[in-house]
Parts: sequence; structure tokens; C-alpha cells
Amino acid sequence: MSFHPNEIARRARIASWALVGIFALLLSAFFKTQVVNYAKYSQQSETNRLREVPLPAPRGIIYDRNNQVIAENVPGYTVSILASSADSLRAALTRLSAIIPLPNEQIDLAVRRYQRARNRPTAILSDASFDVVSVLEERRIDFPGLIIQSAPKRYYPDGAAVASFVGYVGEVTESELTMPRYQGYKTGQQVGKNGLEREYESRLRGREGVRYVEVDALGRVVREAGARDEVPAQAANPLYTNIDLPLQRFTAQIFGDSLQGGAIAIDPKTGGVLALYSAPSYNPNSFIGGIPPELWKSLNSDTRRPLFNKVTQGRYPPGSTWKLATAAIALERGLVTLDEHMPTPCTGGYQFGNRYFHCWDPKGHGSLTLAGAIEKSCDVYFYQLGLKIGLSTLVGGGIRLGARDKTGIDLPDESRPTFPYADAVNYYNRKYGPRGWSQAVLLNLSIGQGENSQTVVNMARFYTALATDGSAAKPEIVKDKPERAQILQLTTEQLAGLRAALAGVITHGTAGSAAIQGVVLAGKTGTAQNAQDPLHNHAWFVGFAPAGDPKIVVAVMLEFGGHGTRAARIASKIIESYLKVVPTTFINTEG
Amino acid sequence: MRRVVVDYPLVICALLLSIYGVAMVYSAGQTDVPTVATHAWTAQIRWVILSIGLAYAVSRGSVRFFEWSALPIYIATCLLLLGLLKFGGGAGDAASSKSWLVIAGHRLGQPAELAKVAVILMLARELGARREAPRSLLELWKPAVVVGIPWLLIMLQPDLGSGMVFIGIFFAMLFWSGVPLPLLILIASPAVSLVLAFNTSLWGAWFLALLALVLWYRPYMWEGVTLMLANVFMGVLAPILWERLAPYQRHRLQVFLDPSIDPRNSGWHVIQSQVAIGSGGWIGKGFLNGTQKRLAFLPEQHTDFIFAVVGEELGLLGVTIALSLFLFLVLRAVRTASNANDSFGSLVAFGLAASWLVHVSVNVGMTLNLMPITGIPLPFFSYGGSFMLACWLSIGLMMRISSEGRGGRVGELAI
Repeated sequence: MSFHPNEIARRARIASWALVGIFALLLSAFFKTQVVNYAKYSQQSETNRLREVPLPAPRGIIYDRNNQVIAENVPGYTVSILASSADSLRAALTRLSAIIPLPNEQIDLAVRRYQRARNRPTAILSDASFDVVSVLEERRIDFPGLIIQSAPKRYYPDGAAVASFVGYVGEVTESELTMPRYQGYKTGQQVGKNGLEREYESRLRGREGVRYVEVDALGRVVREAGARDEVPAQAANPLYTNIDLPLQRFTAQIFGDSLQGGAIAIDPKTGGVLALYSAPSYNPNSFIGGIPPELWKSLNSDTRRPLFNKVTQGRYPPGSTWKLATAAIALERGLVTLDEHMPTPCTGGYQFGNRYFHCWDPKGHGSLTLAGAIEKSCDVYFYQLGLKIGLSTLVGGGIRLGARDKTGIDLPDESRPTFPYADAVNYYNRKYGPRGWSQAVLLNLSIGQGENSQTVVNMARFYTALATDGSAAKPEIVKDKPERAQILQLTTEQLAGLRAALAGVITHGTAGSAAIQGVVLAGKTGTAQNAQDPLHNHAWFVGFAPAGDPKIVVAVMLEFGGHGTRAARIASKIIESYLKVVPTTFINTEG
Repeated sequence: MRRVVVDYPLVICALLLSIYGVAMVYSAGQTDVPTVATHAWTAQIRWVILSIGLAYAVSRGSVRFFEWSALPIYIATCLLLLGLLKFGGGAGDAASSKSWLVIAGHRLGQPAELAKVAVILMLARELGARREAPRSLLELWKPAVVVGIPWLLIMLQPDLGSGMVFIGIFFAMLFWSGVPLPLLILIASPAVSLVLAFNTSLWGAWFLALLALVLWYRPYMWEGVTLMLANVFMGVLAPILWERLAPYQRHRLQVFLDPSIDPRNSGWHVIQSQVAIGSGGWIGKGFLNGTQKRLAFLPEQHTDFIFAVVGEELGLLGVTIALSLFLFLVLRAVRTASNANDSFGSLVAFGLAASWLVHVSVNVGMTLNLMPITGIPLPFFSYGGSFMLACWLSIGLMMRISSEGRGGRVGELAI
């Protein structure tokens, strides 16, 4: 080699500077990675090792008006699993299925859930029994990603008695997650499915917390606690309702197993719903942690429709309970007074054109005042009153009373009542053709038949106006600012007269004794023709008590219940239970 | 025998690196789920002590003795490598390769590590014996053969990483012996053509630059023609070779260029290593506290990827300290090379410096995806007996050469 000292020195210089250059390059690469990109890599290293385990928030407790519990949370267990891939999840679940019952569909569902949120634990059992939990705890070492967690579980102490208004909760479904309403929800979370639970979901939900577990590269849970500070779950505030739990229980009990229909009790002064029951009911507790498929099927296929709310969703012809609307519309317009007689006295029917319209009582009622006609529920009087009012006015008046409107009760899926729209002539032309109908529809409308189907809650609302100063209260289950709408433009005397007539329906001949022994009950029965089954009419009663200063409005409807008196008997017992006094006995009138 | 004048800065630097290394091997073993690395540190300490003893013993021999023994050591090494192809065993990820010397079921070590030293000695002897540095391709045939034989044997194992070290040593020692830079570039040009062939315009530019170099440097006519033909041939050959590569081999190359195309498998190691280093920040997560390491996200953390543990737990600070120590060590070796009083010793010292540099830059570069994953260990850090022995053997040689050399010389960096 050329070994001249100058040569060597030159090469050593080149080599040394090259070395310094190479190391500077390396160091700058480390600077870029460790300082410039620190945030990115630091976060990635945290995502690598930490898995978020959601801490479900306790849902808001639901209380009745006296702070008795309607819905609460009890300790439960959820089982979930952290997996590194869909295959390893499937493998783990297959092994799990040897220990606990885990059908294939559930495994498939779990894998789909995993694919939605890979970094969250995949829920396997949302309500595991203590037995299952203890078996799993024993075998925990075999399932490295298994997370068993105590989680609040919804419980309704009164079960089926309160299901009609409280609803139930369940896991948010895949299709729900795609709806804007459930934006921000994550798979596996509980969500209100019906009733108050659904209506007040945002208030009842609380804020989910999160804790962090540390996993290694293979997805094994290495550290359960202390990996990072957990964010505790925040319980939701309680929900205070107007419900009177003893009355609710009593209502449920009185319907028993055989009756089918619905009842609602409202405080006419505030609109607060005291009780709301739809029969038959269902046990909301069986939905918690996933309803067994057979039960779900039987609830849906039951012809008595337990999941259908007969108070807010069912629509029935109001029958004679509607006569008060006809009377009020006529009184408002000065077309009649409470003492006025109609030209034709009742002889058991009324000839209109070439058709003969029967009164419910073939014996006839003779000549009656309006008050008397309400007491006796005389159809012939109301046929003539309807003709006096005229079709457009009757329909327009009905609409003003809210016959086409939802009440706005705080329950989901309330049905809108059916009633002709304001241009009544056009309505009937469309429905039957211009020559397909006559003024006879007016006769039917005026006694609560025909093109008129009302929800139970809407009839109750109308009677809150009769029970007060003519303003209808919006029915509210949850305590809120009362809302009223002046739907009746009647004088105090007229309203008092109508109330007296309604009291007369019941206290006819025995009013004196009632005033002493109990309380004056005012109300109207109705027997609504059932289009599907003419032999089994729907029985109605809408009324209030005490007649002088009403504290409770009750609407009862019995599907296929026959005569309205049966509904009246139930209503009377509900009122009795609420006012703790025996209402005066009432006489049967028709309707 | 002359008294050995110990080059204390060099020895202390090597000692510090070894202590640092053992500490990191210990940390690499502290994982949540125990691994083979858990107790590696105790063995590593034994290896370090043994290696220092070896270094001391080597430093007692004279440079002349090293020169004399270069040929027998070289021949013995080549025979050992040849035998390895028939009887060698694999380990770990590379279970199918034959890089381990296995006798009666015991893995004794990786001869490739010692072969590097043997080749340096032999190449130094060959180049040092000349009066003038090689000036043409033809004159290079002997050094090429010296490196070529063991290189081929190692590439057959196959051990790509060690092969790269051999090439680094070859070029570095040619440079130190005085081979002009243009000639070195010309020698390397066909390999560059092979890589650039995938982009026609890049390759074209390279070819023109090379042509200009040939016209300026004016080698023998036949040499110039041969080189240019070789470059053309490589350019044509490369796409054909690419086609003939097995899909997994192609995949590996692609993953090197962009690890994110396969984050779960081939790219996994590099990505996790980068995450570990990047999340270390300025001062790291603290000794023993690396989460990527502790939770098994890092691959080969006590051997090839040990520098990622340094980066994660001790941050840029720890990285800077380690790299500074390495830089000092290599610069010290260059100083020893320039102070040596004979060409053989000078070439050996420079060859060893080159060997360290290639190890450090390729290994450290690999943890940041600047270099492909080849399985080159990090001197004084990576767990492994034969490599630790080879490192300290080099220190021993360096001590002796430095001891026989002269004092400071003009024109070098003041270290």
C-alpha cells in the first residue's frame, strides 16, 4: 500500500469526516423519530398497549310522585372479550361454548360486533348470572382476553304493572346505530326501547366511563388496573314522574289477566298522568340482558297484542263519550241551551230521509232537555242536535277540540286520532264519492260513530277540559311545567251544567246520599261499535270525580268489552282507590 | 517482550459500551411474560468477562505474529465455513439457515463473526505486502479472491447481513490501501446499476455519469469497456432477476421500501421498532419501563433490535450517548490505523473500524427502517457469545497495534 504519512493523513481525514457525517445522519434520523414525530409514535404506543373497557353508566332512576321506585339499577355482570383478530375471537368463543351455553348465532353476532369496534371489548353476555360468572372466573387463565365486569342492570320492581308507560331497555341494535338518533352510541350499549326509557333516553342515559387495561402484543390482558387513570361513569339524574304507584298497581290488578284494553288516570288540574295501563301487559324485566327469542316471538304473535299500547296507540270509535263534544260545540255557538228541548221527542228512533235511526233504548226517552239527554244518553236528541249544528261546524268544532291531534303525551309512537278534516264535504266526497254519502254521516258523527276513532288518552284529555275551566291539560307522565290549551269557549255556568249532567248520569235519584257518604262521580259511558266484530263492542267510560271539584279524570276502554257499564265499574274502582272514598253508585245508562 | 502501552481511551470506551450493553440486555429480559431473554443477561456477563480475558491475551501477541498467523487462520476459517454448509444449524427466526456451529447438539457459536476478523487479517496481509496500491481492475483479483471465498460461503448459508459487512470491509480496506476513489466507484458501479435498473431514467443518468467518469479517469480501454458492458448487463438483468425472485422475497424488498403495506406481518417488526423509539422522546420512558418492550411488541429485543429498547427507555439522550461512544470508538480505531508503524497493522485497524461502522450503521439504521432487516448484531450490545468474543478480539488487536504505533500525527481529528 502507499504508506506515505501525508497520504495516510489525508485518508484519515476523509474517513473521519465521513464517520462524523454518517453518525450525524443517524442522530438526525433519531431526532426526527423521537422529537419531531414524538406525539404520533407516543400515541401509537399507547394504542398498542391500552384497551378501553367501557364502564356503563347507571341509568337514571325513575320515581313516582311520592318517590317510590319505578325503575332502578341492580348489580349485574357483563362478560366481554378482547381479541386481536376475528379468527382468534371465534376460536376463543368456540372454546367458551364448551363451558357456557353459547349458540352459533351468538358467536356470529359477536364476530360482527368485533368488526365494528376492534379496540373495544366485544360483549358476549350482557347479563351473566352469578353461576356463569363463577365458572368463568375459575377458568379465566384459559381465556386471556376475557373481561368480567360488574355493571348496573335495569330492574323494574313492579314488572308488568308498569311496563305500559315505563317501557324497557335493550342493547342498541345494528340498524339503530345507523340512525341519527343514536349518533355517538357504541355497539353493546343499553338503550331505551319503549315507553319512558325510550322517550327520555337522553336524560336517563348517563355518561359512560372508561377504564384501561393493558394488553401485550398477543392481546393478553396483562394488567387490569392502574394502566391509566380511569374515567368514572356518571350516573344520570333521576326522573320524577306524576305516576301514583299504588294507583298504577291497583289499575293493573283490576284488569287482571282476562280483561283487554287500557286505562289512564289524569290529574285534570296539571295534566299529570297518575296511572296508565294497557292490558295485557308484559314483564319488562325479561328484556334485560336480551329477551329469549321464544318469548319475543310469543309476545309478537299474541293476538291480544301485549306490546301494543292500547292507551296511546289504539284507536277506537268513542261512542257516547263523544256526545259531550257534540253538546259542547252546540253550546259554544249558542245553538242550544242546557234546558232546551228538541222538536221531535224520542220514541225509540228518528226518521231521517228514508232511513230510520234507532235510539239505544227502543222504549224511547220522550222529550228531554240537553242535560236530560246527556243523563239518558238519548241518541234521538243528539241526532237532531247534530243536524242543528251542521256538518262543517260539527267537524270544525271537533277538530278544535283536538279530535285530529295527538295529545303530546311523553310516550313514543302515540297514534293520531282519525277524524274528518276541516273541509268535511270534500273529505266525504273523497271517501265515498260525491254521491256516495248523505247528511246521515252527520247523525253518526254526532253520537260518536262514523269516521271518528279516538285514542284513550285523547278522550281523557278532552274530559280534563270538561272537568276544569274548559282548558285541556297536556297529559304528562314526567313532572314538567303543565301545559294547557283552552279548547272549550263555555261560560262557567255552562261548564257546571255539563258537569252536573255528567254527575246525573251516575247519581240519578241517589244524589243526596252520595254527597254524604262519598264523592260525586261524573262521567259518560260509551259502547262503540266494533267494525271487525259487531257482536263484541268496545266498552268506554270517561269521567271524573269529585264532580264539584274534579281531582282525577279517568278513561277506561275495554276491547270487546261489551257494554260501557263494565268500563264504568272499573273506572269507579280506580277513582275509589285514588280518592280513598266510595263513589256513589251509578245507574246504567246506555250508549 | 515489549511492555504493552494500553490505549486507555479505547479500552474504557469499549468497557463502557459493554456495561451499557449488558444493562440493556438485562432490561430486554424484563417482560410481563417471561421469554428466552429473561436470563440472557447473566450469560452475557460471563461472555463479557471471557471476552476481556481474550482481548488481554491477544494484546500480548505481536503484530508480526498476527501477520504470520493470518494465512493459517484464514484457511482454517474457510474450511470451517465450508464444513458449516454441510453440518451447520439454524436458530430462531432463521432456523433454516446454517450459520451456527453445532457439535454434538451444542450450538457453539457463529463462525461468521470470527471470519470477519480472519478476512481482515488476510486482506491486510495481502494489501500490505504491496508497494503500490492496485490501480487497475486486474490488479485487484487477489484481494477480491481473499474476500470472495468466505463471502460466497457465507452467502450460501445464507447470511445476507454478514455478507454486507464483508463488502464494507473490502471497500474500506481498498480505500485505506490507496486505491483511488474513481476506481472504487467503477468497481461498485455494476451493483448500483442492478438497483437503479428499476427506474429507466435513473439508470440512464447513472450510466451517463459513469461514462463521464471513465472518460476522465481513463482506465485501460478493455477495463472501461468491460465495466460499461457490466453495467448494461446488470440493467438488463435486474428486471429478469426480479421476475425470478420468489414472491416472498419480492415481498420482503417491497416491505423494506414501505413497511405500512404489510403492517401485520413483514412490516410489523420495523413499525413496532419505530413506535418504540419514537415514543421514547427526549429522555425515554425510563430504564426497564419500555412498554413496547415489556408487552412483547418489539421483536428480537435482546439481539438485533436491542437499540430500539435503548431508544424507548432512554430516549434521544440514551441514543446520543450510545452513538457518541460508537463514534469515539471508530474514530479512535482510525487514529490507531493512521499511527500504526507498518502497513499490515494500519490496514487491520482500519478494517476493524470499517467492520464496526457497518455493524453499527446497518443495525441502528434497521431499527428506524433506514436499512433492510438483515440480522446484523450491534457490537457490545446484542446478546450473543461469539459476537462479543469477536468484538473484544478486535479490541485486543487494536490495543496491540496502537501500542506498537507512533504518537499523534498531523492532519487527523483531535481525539
